[in-house]
Order: sequence, then structure tokens, then C-alpha cells
Amino acid sequence: MRAEVLLAFLAMAAVSYGIRLAGYLVGGRMHEHPRLRAALDQLPAAILIALVVPIVTRGGPAEWLAAAVVAALAWYVDMLLIPLAAGVVAVVVLRGFL
Amino acid sequence: MTVLSEKSGGARAAFTAGALRCAPVALGVLAYGLVFGALAQQAGLSLGETAFMSAIVYSGSAQFVALGLWTLPPPVLALAVATLLVNFRFFLIAATMGRVLKGWPLLRVLAALPWVTDENWAVTMAEGERRHWGAFFLGTGAVLYVTWPTASLLGHALGAVVADPKAWGFDFAFTAVFMTLAVGLARKHRAPLVWLASAAGAFLADRVLAGGPLGASVPVLVGGLAGALAAALRSGDSDAR
Repeated sequence: MRAEVLLAFLAMAAVSYGIRLAGYLVGGRMHEHPRLRAALDQLPAAILIALVVPIVTRGGPAEWLAAAVVAALAWYVDMLLIPLAAGVVAVVVLRGFL
Repeated sequence: MTVLSEKSGGARAAFTAGALRCAPVALGVLAYGLVFGALAQQAGLSLGETAFMSAIVYSGSAQFVALGLWTLPPPVLALAVATLLVNFRFFLIAATMGRVLKGWPLLRVLAALPWVTDENWAVTMAEGERRHWGAFFLGTGAVLYVTWPTASLLGHALGAVVADPKAWGFDFAFTAVFMTLAVGLARKHRAPLVWLASAAGAFLADRVLAGGPLGASVPVLVGGLAGALAAALRSGDSDAR
């Protein structure tokens, strides 16, 4: 492997690792305060919603309808594969029509 | 003695459960790895470099952005800054890992941290607190850590198998995964104020930024922090009562 390419990859890997380590250490500190712990407990749901909202709102009617299908199925079915597969099929079909 | 063997057996079962839970997600990672490998080949990376990059950088969004910046010799500083911008969301994500890796020795935690990615973290959080939660997380991580470099390698070797992920709906796969897991968490713990704050924060940040490398992290940060702030304020209210 070319040395300068290796260096670039190592730099990217080190940055990614540093971010995770810093987050982990700060999270550990937050755990010691009750109010911050309440924030930490709700953080996963908040992050997941924040991951989804920009993608769905940036899409069109096909993505909105497919998202509604996924959300409805996810509420009733406790299995990841079913809403996932339904969402992918729905978005392909809906993009063909809308 | 039985306690000991039960304990390690339990951890192994949790690892397997995590791997199985994450298998559907691995299909999406496979599709994206194929696309990444094909693009890396077009950008001039060798087969070995492509696989090595996926194994050591191990971050889809940062790697796609890196291909966009790629020149020879590579712009190391620009790549490092882009990685920081794109991956800053991992700061918040890793902050929630303390509960999962509770009681682990520091060295093992340090070794596990590179496996924290959006997708398997989400599966781990949706599973909720359980016995051997850390082993469950390792199972989810192992599946994706095998899939991503392998798929990158195949994509490089085979070329554009999945030329347009949009035509197959693959671009929607991760959205569907995150959504399903978010609904699962929401069902377990109702906190509409938190959801609203998070959605509004992410939406506004996304509108203001409108794309660019910052778009991958900042809406997640703003939304996540807005939701966390709402949770902290609400917990303060209930203390006062």
C-alpha cells in the first residue's frame, strides 16, 4: 500500500476513534448527575428521530407514504425485517407511481 | 461452578442474539458496501486499499465523503477535518454506551469502541437493557464489521453491481431501520415532548445547512441535544413536584 494513502486512512481512523472515546468519557461523567442521566436515557430515541427526520422531510410523497407504512408496521410488529422490507418495497413501488 | 458456566453461556447467547438481530441491517450495509467499493475503484484506490480503508476507517458516511475529496497524494488534513465533521454525531452516540458496557474493564471498552456505528448502536439501544447487553452489542458489531469490508472488496472487484441504490430502494433501507427502532423505543417509553424537540431541532438544522458534509452530523447533534434538553427539563419538573 502507498505510504501516503495509509497515512490518510490512519488519520481518518484516529479522528473517528477520538470522537467516540471523547463521547464515551463525557457520557460516563453525565451519568453521575440525576438530571443529566435523565437526558442521557432519552438520548437514544432523540438521536434516532434526528437521524430520520431530515431524510424523510427532504424526500417527496413517495418517501412520506413509505415512512408512514414503516412506522405503522413497526408499531405492531416486533421484528425488524418486516417493516424494513415493506418500507423498501413501498418506496420502490410508490416512486414508480408518484 | 454452574454459575460461572451459565454466565459465559449467557454471554455467548447474547452475542448470537445480537448478531441475528442485526442481520437484516447487514443486507443494507452489503448493498452500500458494494456501491462504495465500485466508487473507490473508480477513484483509483487499489483492491487492498479499499478493503483496508473499510476495515480501519469503518465509517460509511465519512468514506463516501473522502472519495469526493480524493486526490494523489491524498489531502490528509482535509480528510481528517471532513471525518470530524461527518462523524461528530458519534460523540453523542458513544455517550450513551456507558450503560451497555457497564462493568467492563477499560481495555475491553477501548477495543469495543470502534464497533460503535449508527446501525448496530441503534439495534443495541432498541433491544433495551438486558443481561449481557455488552455481549449483545458485540454481536451486532461483529456482523457489520465482517459485512462492510467484505462488501467493499466485492464492489471493487465486481464493479458497479448496484449502480443506482435508489432504483432498488436501498437508499431508504437505513431510514426504515432507524424508524423501526425509534418506534420500538417510543413504544417502550412515551416522551412526546422529547420526540417533538428532537424532530424540530433536526428539521431546522437540516433546513439551515441544506446538505454539505456538515449535513450528516449537525442535524443529528442539534436534534439529539434538543431531545436530551427536553428530557432534562422534564425530569427537573417532576423533582419539583
